[in-house]
Amino acid sequence: MGFPSPASGRREKPDLLKKELSLTDVTELSLAEARDALVKKEISAVDLAKAQIGAIEQARALNCFIVETPEKALAMAAQSDARLASGDAGPLEGVPLGIKDLYCTKGVQTTAASHILKGFVPTYESTVSANLWRDGAVMLGKLNLDEFAMGSSNETSYFGPVTSPWRRSGSNVRLVPGGSSGGSAAAVAARLCYGATATDTGGSIRQPAAFTGTVGIKPTYGRCSRWGIVAFASSLDQAGPIARSVRDAAILMRSMAGYDPKDTTSVDVPVPNYEAAVGASVKGKVIGIPKEYRLDGMSAEIEKLWAEGIAWLKAAGATIVDISLPHTRYALPAYYIVAPAEASSNLARYDGVRYGLRVPGKDVADLYENTRAAGFGKEVRRRVMIGTYVLSAGYYDAYYVRAQKIRTLIKRDFETVFADGVDAILTPATPSAAFGVGEKGEADPVEMYLNDIFTVTVNMAGLPGIAIPAGTSSEGLPLALQLIGRAFEEETLFSLASVIEQSAPKIELPPKWWA
Amino acid sequence: MSVDQATVRRIAHLARIKVADEEVPHLAQELNAILAFIEELSSVDVEGVEPMTSVMPMQMKLRADVVTEGGEADPIVANAPAVEDHFFVVPKVVE
Amino acid sequence: MNTHAKPSKLIKGATGDWEVVIGMEVHAQVTSKAKLFSGASAEYGGEPNTHVSLVDAAMPGMLPVINEECVAQAVRTGLGLKAQINLRSVFDRKNYFYPDLPQGYQISQYKSPIVGEGIVTVDVSPSEQIAVGIERLHLEQDAGKSLHDQSATESFVDLNRSGVALMEIVSKPDMRSADEARAYVTKLRTILRYLGTCDGNMEEGSLRADVNVSVRRPGEPLGTRCEIKNVNSIRFIGQAIETEARRQIDIIEDGGKIDQETRLFDPGRGETRSMRSKEEAHDYRYFPDPDLLPLEFDQAFVDGLAAHLPELPDAKKARFITQYGLPAYDAGVLVADRETADYFEATVSHAGKPGGAPRDAKAVANWIMGDVAAYANSIGSPVAQTHLQPAQIAALVDLIGDGTISGKIAKDLLAILITEERDGDPYAIVEKRGMKQVTDLGAIEKVVDAIIAANPDKVAQALAKPSMLGWFVGQVMKQTGGKANPQAVNDLLKTKLGL
Repeated sequence: MGFPSPASGRREKPDLLKKELSLTDVTELSLAEARDALVKKEISAVDLAKAQIGAIEQARALNCFIVETPEKALAMAAQSDARLASGDAGPLEGVPLGIKDLYCTKGVQTTAASHILKGFVPTYESTVSANLWRDGAVMLGKLNLDEFAMGSSNETSYFGPVTSPWRRSGSNVRLVPGGSSGGSAAAVAARLCYGATATDTGGSIRQPAAFTGTVGIKPTYGRCSRWGIVAFASSLDQAGPIARSVRDAAILMRSMAGYDPKDTTSVDVPVPNYEAAVGASVKGKVIGIPKEYRLDGMSAEIEKLWAEGIAWLKAAGATIVDISLPHTRYALPAYYIVAPAEASSNLARYDGVRYGLRVPGKDVADLYENTRAAGFGKEVRRRVMIGTYVLSAGYYDAYYVRAQKIRTLIKRDFETVFADGVDAILTPATPSAAFGVGEKGEADPVEMYLNDIFTVTVNMAGLPGIAIPAGTSSEGLPLALQLIGRAFEEETLFSLASVIEQSAPKIELPPKWWA
Repeated sequence: MSVDQATVRRIAHLARIKVADEEVPHLAQELNAILAFIEELSSVDVEGVEPMTSVMPMQMKLRADVVTEGGEADPIVANAPAVEDHFFVVPKVVE
Repeated sequence: MNTHAKPSKLIKGATGDWEVVIGMEVHAQVTSKAKLFSGASAEYGGEPNTHVSLVDAAMPGMLPVINEECVAQAVRTGLGLKAQINLRSVFDRKNYFYPDLPQGYQISQYKSPIVGEGIVTVDVSPSEQIAVGIERLHLEQDAGKSLHDQSATESFVDLNRSGVALMEIVSKPDMRSADEARAYVTKLRTILRYLGTCDGNMEEGSLRADVNVSVRRPGEPLGTRCEIKNVNSIRFIGQAIETEARRQIDIIEDGGKIDQETRLFDPGRGETRSMRSKEEAHDYRYFPDPDLLPLEFDQAFVDGLAAHLPELPDAKKARFITQYGLPAYDAGVLVADRETADYFEATVSHAGKPGGAPRDAKAVANWIMGDVAAYANSIGSPVAQTHLQPAQIAALVDLIGDGTISGKIAKDLLAILITEERDGDPYAIVEKRGMKQVTDLGAIEKVVDAIIAANPDKVAQALAKPSMLGWFVGQVMKQTGGKANPQAVNDLLKTKLGL
């Protein structure tokens, strides 16, 4: 297996950069390339923004955006151009991005893809998005998602499902982009933005990244501030980017991360230059392969993908060891206690009194019940009810306390292997490639939940995890591997992920059928 | 453990979500499917295990006792469906 | 501990004696500038929704960050209650829907409070002291306020109170009468005010009590209790307990049974009534707040706060007794209010005239608890906040002490200090107005002789009835404008009349 040196990264397009960049061409650039072209003044931020605005307008069939903010984008881009000219440019100066509509954005409608936040316009900006604007990024709009980030297919959005830009070979069946950050993943995959913010509670960054051939990282719990991001499950939610490449993800991560005194659970440790870790040697790194992730009935193509990933890392000088994470199988059931329990309480504030939808009632209780019945979609209602049940008198110990004990055991599993010298763990990201809209979960909600079987352990233990495209399915759809790291060692993940990125066969998006 | 229809109604009321009578059997079935899925946990030996309270081992930071917010009612009530004289308005609450 | 009531505290029923058992949950607003989990002002009042942060209004994505001063205040209070301080405590969410509860949950401490068991010594009367156990103290958020009287069909919600820090102080069921309960809350308020952790202002709701009342036959197990919510004055606490105990006794004596429930005291009607609307299927679904980490601090933090704790009422009372030789009752009255105690000490220790006799602390206490307190009361002010300065009272006491004025004249002097010469120097006033007591025996003798000469009939009567002496004293005082030394007058009259 050949291993190209980092210097010859596959996304470099020297020919393109030399030529005059056309507006359609520039959407093909990686974020790193666009950033560099801006700094070299080969293109203006306004032109870059215009190109993306054009691409977004053409891609409305994908339903990636809930709100497009072209005017804001152009205004911000003009300011970026001024700063680029005056030499005051930030690390992301002039780079257009999409923001998952779970992030509150000052003056721009924020809905969490829920009817219950109808017309809500925050008077404040989330810390993570504010960090991006501080660094010069430009906002293109608010990206679609599963309602309150509850879902794995982006089908629970009040604003309708997102369609993936990917199609099975020879098929026109609409595919889901995964979820909950389906709009973010699809928009990045379809070249509608250079990167997007996302959030991950049980796999909501990594699973859609895997389904769309993009890179998604959920950093360590506490690495990014949760302030101003609509809460789903507080002890699991974490912000992170979805991007076109490992390098792009690293660049975004650096701007998004950081301690925030407004979030008690954010951690006060310095933010490294993640980009420097991209392409760094992984020689001597110890990679654990957990036997519990080898599920009964796992598809041959996933098995093969995993084996290839192992081979690539081995070829790059890493040591591969078999490990055991014995409580893995309990992670998903425990997650479906902890996450709904926290959600049932976090979503109590949506009551039709201070913001959002209000459906009148004969008294206050009736107003609440009407508003919440009309405002929440089916999946959200289901999870709020499960969460209410597992916390209710007589069931709390049997469900919630037990699940939190199991969480301790899951975390302990990871601590044990890390203490034994394992630097990172390699697993498949999802049990399958993307599926069709309407194909899963209609009859049994649990069928949909199983999508997160490989990703959810990471949230339960608070660890960082990254999904990297690594191959294609027999139907030509992207498949991804996941790397799980030690707490706050995202750099190791970026280094290892770039090995996989460089080693894996290029996967090509179908022609722009949506445009 | 599984839920019956009366329990579904009770939970729905606790969660302040109105459910129509015809929805109840279906909801009970869905909730029971999820409860059956999480039932697996009852077989795990958790004797002597501390429940997790914070996923990252760290000490909670505290805020200085300084007034940094407030002063203006407008941003607080800006999104409210019903407001009068900067009060939120709800149907009469009987105590 | 005070487990059985004295027979005198029992309540007479139709079928025999009853003992009332009382426990209390006091909600004390923490004195702080900002709220428990936000940077909005904790100040009372304000235009609607102006003391509200995005966190208090439960805007999407908002997170609580705890105020260090509120934590310190809870620890100080715990120390003042001689209670266990827990170095690790946990904040839980108490989930319920109510318009003045924007988050849909109250952040409180359920299983692991910041303060554990403690004890309060309570003076019920000058001769009776009881000990009331403290079960726990925890920190929690206050709710907003709903106004129901603005409209016939709507309630108006103001979130200014939402998120203000409260300490819930839970007593053990150690009280056996309304008097004990009143005395307990009074003492608790005194301790909080000494500590500066709560202003104790019940009119503004800074201190509110939920009172648990049950009745039983003496010696029997505890009866079923009812909780009377939000009683907001010490007087009402007493009335609510008496009313509720009587209600329960009547029910049981009529063969009925007490339902455990929440009740409301209506001071207007003098009755408690059930709050069934609030009872409805409460299931608070407590669980640890995942937005907050456990609250942890070390013993050094506690020790640091303990080192700067002010002298508390019990210690001050003991010191007043030993240092100033005050009777326990006087000491207790003076220390009930920290500023009054300070006022007393400032008066006692105020520098007197060089070479003057040491000031009599008991005399100072008498003046402060007597005439000064009466004046303060009449204008609705605490003693320490009247215009009367400790220096003035000290001088007044000294003037009596060295015989310059009599006690009666001293009252006139105080009246002058209250009215005409509010910042006057008592020495100068006495001098200027000629209020000095006449101690010149020759001068007094002249007056005495004159009165005896003019009233031979009275002299004869006095010989038969020595209590007539008072009449002669009165005459002398009248003629001397009250300035004659009463002792000298007495002595002279007795000699002259041969009594």
